[in-house]
Amino acid sequence: MNDAGPPATRTGSIVVPNAAGLHARPAVKLTQTAKGFSSRIEFALAPDGPWIDAKSPVKVMRAKAAKGVTLHFRATGADADAALSAMLELAASGFGEE
Amino acid sequence: MKVPERQFIGRAAAPGLAEGRLFRLREADRQRVPTGSRLDEADALLDAVQEAARELTALAAATGGDAADMLNFQVAMLEDPNLLEQALELVNHGLPADQAWQATMDAEISGYEQGEDEYFRARASDLADMRARVLAVLNGDRGEHLPGGAVLVADDLPPSRFLTIDWAGGGGVALAGGSPSSHVAMLARARGVPMVVGLGTLPSDLPADATAMVDGGSGTLVIEPTDTTRAALRQRAGAHRERRAATERSAMQPARTADGTPIRVLVNVSDPRELDRIDPAICDGIGLTRSEFLFHGKGPLPDEEVQFAAYARIVRWAAGRPVVLRTLDAGGDKPIAGLTIHGESNPFLGTRGIRLSLARPDIFRVQLRAMVRAAELGDVRIMLPMVAVPAELDAARALLTEIVRELGANATPKLGMMVEVPAAALRAADFTADFYSIGSNDLAQYTLAAARDIAAVAHLNDAANPAVLDLIAHTVAAGAARGVEVSLCGDAAGDPGLTDALLRTCLRTLSMAPAAVAEVKQAIAAVDLRASA
Repeated sequence: MNDAGPPATRTGSIVVPNAAGLHARPAVKLTQTAKGFSSRIEFALAPDGPWIDAKSPVKVMRAKAAKGVTLHFRATGADADAALSAMLELAASGFGEE
Repeated sequence: MKVPERQFIGRAAAPGLAEGRLFRLREADRQRVPTGSRLDEADALLDAVQEAARELTALAAATGGDAADMLNFQVAMLEDPNLLEQALELVNHGLPADQAWQATMDAEISGYEQGEDEYFRARASDLADMRARVLAVLNGDRGEHLPGGAVLVADDLPPSRFLTIDWAGGGGVALAGGSPSSHVAMLARARGVPMVVGLGTLPSDLPADATAMVDGGSGTLVIEPTDTTRAALRQRAGAHRERRAATERSAMQPARTADGTPIRVLVNVSDPRELDRIDPAICDGIGLTRSEFLFHGKGPLPDEEVQFAAYARIVRWAAGRPVVLRTLDAGGDKPIAGLTIHGESNPFLGTRGIRLSLARPDIFRVQLRAMVRAAELGDVRIMLPMVAVPAELDAARALLTEIVRELGANATPKLGMMVEVPAAALRAADFTADFYSIGSNDLAQYTLAAARDIAAVAHLNDAANPAVLDLIAHTVAAGAARGVEVSLCGDAAGDPGLTDALLRTCLRTLSMAPAAVAEVKQAIAAVDLRASA
């Protein structure tokens, strides 16, 4: 890359739709998806943080994000755009829970 | 000497009756001798965590399904460097490996136990499972053999231990702690293993090898049951099983009257969460989705993405069956802060249903966009509530057409209407609706001018009143003449006492609460349309 600018940061938010919130299985899905990107990916329960590492299942579970809370995502890095849309899409699908 | 019977009452976690030898599960108490070297302790901890993750991965591969997902959650947590780093930090300060792991996990678990949500609190037992497995590896403790066919009594039972037991020979579980939301309770329900949780501290003097019974349906543990108790529990369990089986059998059958007329049975959905426990095979589709559930939160009105996600979930559940999504039916007795109009002298005759949506096109447009997008995933039909005159349907159709074009959607979803205003029933043929669904609650209220929640006049509000039945029959005939489907989605559809009367109006599609399906299907089977009523 010839682009010497700072890495892009992308942000977006979505409401947790599935019944039990961001619990065990969704937390694993979230971290697995996040690990597929090189960008730093974080989320928070408020627009101004505190920001939580979306690649750590331990930290994701500690957030205790229940159904109906708004998740704010933030991705920084070369693939930030793709990372952010993947996270939002996963959350919109209820983390793949039926 | 005969030991007296003792009964303990807890919470029901998995139904069914189990009888067997009492087996008290004890916490491992083997002591480990620390190496004395910080470096060796750190290595021992690293190895133990990796070994525990390997064991869980192997167990997950051998079990599959939901159980594998539960175990893989533990694997993901063990592989997260976060917990390990905390424990290694303690080792670095001089704690032996087992104590460091114990302290790290204890702190983590107490965070879960302080959660407000029962679901998160219940995850504490998964973490306790991880804690125990790593400690067992460190202690060289391969765990006691758990017999099949026994009644296991323990403080809590980790899911991974539940999975190592052979339940094919029967048996049950009785826990002093635990929660019906725990993973082990879900496993027990899935595998038909009776389970009681939350019994509280059990006496330590329960005789080993006593006979024990677990009645998961009533949440009871009985030690040394008398013959009377045993017979009573068996009878109760048998009757429960038969009733359940008979009802489930009829719920899964396609609905047909005694003379062989097929009837379409659809379900009404008020919250997509309720679908999780329902097999879509009990119905021919969803006849009514009350989208109001999306608007009842405290926060701002739901945006397009939130609505789309909810509709998409319902459409996926239906697996190809038709899904009727009703646009917002706010107003009347269903106010929504910031949306419905307050202070109308008679809200039931005011700005509700389609009237409100047409008055607030900004909100209506967002909902229609989300519905059109969900229609790309399955057979979605859009239904408008409280339509009184054709101009309302026409205005909604114009907006829908515009949105379909703007989204570049492949097809325009069918657009139908509720028939709940007598004017709409009497002139049903004047509407260009793609389908009709009769809202019998409001139709009865508006026809008889009597509200259900005013006790003095509630008896007048009767969906089986001949005037209401005439309006239903009239609507059915108008639909037939226009070649479009007519269904009925009010409470009358779920009342087996009204099934006969409704089918005699020539209605052939009923949409009801999922819980009513089995009984109404039984009522349909008893109707003979050849005989006069």
